[in-house]
Amino acid sequence: MTAGIDLGQPQAQSVRSDEDVVRVRQLVRAVAVASKLSLVDQTKLVTAASELARNTLVYGGGGSVEVTVVDNGRRKGVQIVFADSGPGIADLDLAMTDGYTSGGGLGLGLSGSRRLVDEFQIETSAETGTRITVTKWSR
Amino acid sequence: MERVPILKIGDILLVSIQLDMSDQTAVQLQEDLAERIVATGCHGVIIDITALDIVDSFVGRMLSTIASISKVLDAETVVVGMRPAVAITLVELGLSLNGIRTALNVERGMELIAAAHAEELDYQLDDEPDAETATP
Ligand SMILES: Nc1ncnc2c1ncn2[C@@H]1O[C@H](COP(=O)(O)OP(=O)(O)OP(=O)(O)O)[C@@H](O)[C@H]1O
Ligand SMILES: [Mg+2]
Repeated sequence: MTAGIDLGQPQAQSVRSDEDVVRVRQLVRAVAVASKLSLVDQTKLVTAASELARNTLVYGGGGSVEVTVVDNGRRKGVQIVFADSGPGIADLDLAMTDGYTSGGGLGLGLSGSRRLVDEFQIETSAETGTRITVTKWSR
Repeated sequence: MERVPILKIGDILLVSIQLDMSDQTAVQLQEDLAERIVATGCHGVIIDITALDIVDSFVGRMLSTIASISKVLDAETVVVGMRPAVAITLVELGLSLNGIRTALNVERGMELIAAAHAEELDYQLDDEPDAETATP
């Protein structure tokens, strides 16, 4: 699986079932390893991806994930976009609070994954759904 | 859906998680374990996560739930083999593995369970004569 990845191209994975969330983790891990992120950084990125992909599935009603190797001229990194066309997040500040959940979760997915990555960006609305972009840079 | 096997070794149930579990598989494991604890009367559960390269909030919550369920069913749960990178990530994620006992490896886990069980037996033995002297 790892051998077949073309790092020059974005890698896409649809998120329709909890098996797909497993596939997202495997894809992100493969790209993170290939991009030579440290073991701790790989672990943080895969964990964040697992949280965000599960949100895409559970709250966004499914969607897609795209993983890209990025380069800012100084460092290489891995960027992941999670997109759904679900209901959006009405109160973003509240949703980003540690411990806030509208479901039966621990409310750590959004706030926790923001801590695990270097860059975290959310665009969300009731019309367009939710799109979260995260980036982890190699040290 | 794949299922995580549960082994019985003496008085202990050993679960060695070898695959990247889907959420459904994790929930199934929770139910299977509760059934096996009751069916076998085991007093200890060891969950070996050496092979897991991440623990996210879902699996973390599953581990806490298993620990609580087993406590109610009179069994002690010990999670063993957590990788350093996983521990670092868990802390940053903000997950406090509430009520979960951990040990370095399966052997240490077994010692912990044996000690906890011996303490409990001791307590019951100590308790009996006291209860008798209290009755007139
Ligand atoms: N893609 C999304 N679309 C709509 N709402 C979302 C989305 N992602 C998160 N949310 C909302 O934000 C809340 C917080 O999400 P977060 O991942 O932090 O916690 P959780 O999923 O409820 O619990 P946990 O992830 O700890 O199991 C969710 O309960 C949900 O209401
Ligand atoms: Mg979540």
